[in-house]
Amino acid sequence: MAHAGTLSIKGLSKQYEVKGEALPVLQDIDLTIEPGEFVSIVGSSGCGKSTLLRLIIGLEGDYQGDILLDGQRIVGTSLNRGIVFQEHRLFPWLTVEKNVALGLLNSSLTEGQRRATVRDHIALVGLEGFETAYPHQLSGGMSQRVAIARALVNRPDILLLDEPFGALDAMTRAHLQQELHRIWAQEHITMILVTHDVEEAVVLGDRVVVMEPRPGRIRRIVPVELAHPRERASYAFTAVKDRVLQEFSDRSAAELAESPLKPDAQPAPAAQWQFAV
Amino acid sequence: MSNLVNKRVIVPPRLRGWVLPLALLVVWWWAVQSGWSTSPLLVSPLAVWQRGVEQVSSGELWVALSASLWRNAWGFAIGASIGLVFGALLGWSRWFERLVGPSFHTLKQISLFAWIPMLSMWFGLGDAAKIAFIAMAAFFPVVLNTFEGLRSVPREYIEVARVYEFSVWQLMRRVIAPAAAPSIFTGIQLSLIYTWLATLGAEYLLASGKGIGNTLIDGREHFWMDLVLFGVVVIGLVGFVLNWLLTALEKRLLAWRDRTLARY
Repeated sequence: MAHAGTLSIKGLSKQYEVKGEALPVLQDIDLTIEPGEFVSIVGSSGCGKSTLLRLIIGLEGDYQGDILLDGQRIVGTSLNRGIVFQEHRLFPWLTVEKNVALGLLNSSLTEGQRRATVRDHIALVGLEGFETAYPHQLSGGMSQRVAIARALVNRPDILLLDEPFGALDAMTRAHLQQELHRIWAQEHITMILVTHDVEEAVVLGDRVVVMEPRPGRIRRIVPVELAHPRERASYAFTAVKDRVLQEFSDRSAAELAESPLKPDAQPAPAAQWQFAV
Repeated sequence: MSNLVNKRVIVPPRLRGWVLPLALLVVWWWAVQSGWSTSPLLVSPLAVWQRGVEQVSSGELWVALSASLWRNAWGFAIGASIGLVFGALLGWSRWFERLVGPSFHTLKQISLFAWIPMLSMWFGLGDAAKIAFIAMAAFFPVVLNTFEGLRSVPREYIEVARVYEFSVWQLMRRVIAPAAAPSIFTGIQLSLIYTWLATLGAEYLLASGKGIGNTLIDGREHFWMDLVLFGVVVIGLVGFVLNWLLTALEKRLLAWRDRTLARY
């Protein structure tokens, strides 16, 4: 069983240089994530939610503020932190088994332990019998399962998920959400899911972090105090989902109220915000 | 419809490639046999066949062919391996690319045959000059395709390697080499075809010693059309076999790619 870590993000800001001008991507992000918690992050495109994940995994650096895992500042990538990208990113020249085993390339396990771990994780994502299949023989959903197995095989403290089901059809997506929940409950791992699908965020998250763009900020954190399994059609579920959606539709009015002097505030019509609900 | 079916029965798909060469052979044989052509420039297929039998039984073909293949192999080995290292450096390091890239891209514009006078002044007319020329022919396609292969490795794959803390060596061996392999293989295949062309060019332009190119020169000088034609057939066959061998090897080594592409 993985020991889950506490992630605390304090005063995090990040900017890119575009043609010599600083373009703020993230501004003053404060967020503490408890061990074993499932946090969903939603926001429209351009709100910096993917950048936030890339900073936590360590693929991006050069930021202001602190990202601490159990009090330790994050520097670069680490086997303690796993990630599943939107595309499965499996290597087409390797079988399922070998793709998963690649995650263990730099672990300290013995050969026998490696084999057992790979087998266990293929079983965990329900792909027994596909060990020797190549990625092209798998459906999108199956490939994403392999990617999840590869990300978990090191027993990371934290698993980051960057719109992992965004490219899947609705049926497969719903099914994989269930599976992900099962894995989370079983492994007691801290998970951070970035998505633009509000329903997905509410189905899976203990808390839903709503971000707003230009520059990316946390707008509100909505707790989801519903027992699992969550019934999508239930009144309580819809109420939470509406609360999250409310944050988006209220955007223009709220923004004006909060920062009346901001010169470039451009109220966006609500219809422009589309979600895969 | 029935017409189509009949055609299939007459020539099975696998043998269709033979139809044209066989038809040409028949026309050729007929042209000489019927007296339609009496030109000494067109000898009968039978004369070519007899010349071939004689070349094989006297061992002359083997002497010439082995000399050519030996040259070809050395030139290819030297040129392709230097090309592989050079192309890898060029693709791997932006610094190296800035340093030598422009010179390389200028040199590659010069026709290979333009190097022959210089090579013969440096190395004479012997095997050293020929092998140097063949190596140059092997070098360029390998460099270009290795460079291309390395540069087109998706950034996404490299990020995966970073997430799993791959060392530089692991990144090269586990990610970059396999991802670039199809392109590198194309370079090697091109290079093998070029070296065989260059071998003949070298033997023809730096005429000395033995070789299948020298057999052709011999035939021309003595006006033995049958020998010239026999030489041409052998050269074509060697090229065909080289290409076939490499395709078979590629299929084995890059099986994953064929399987992947088969889906699209």
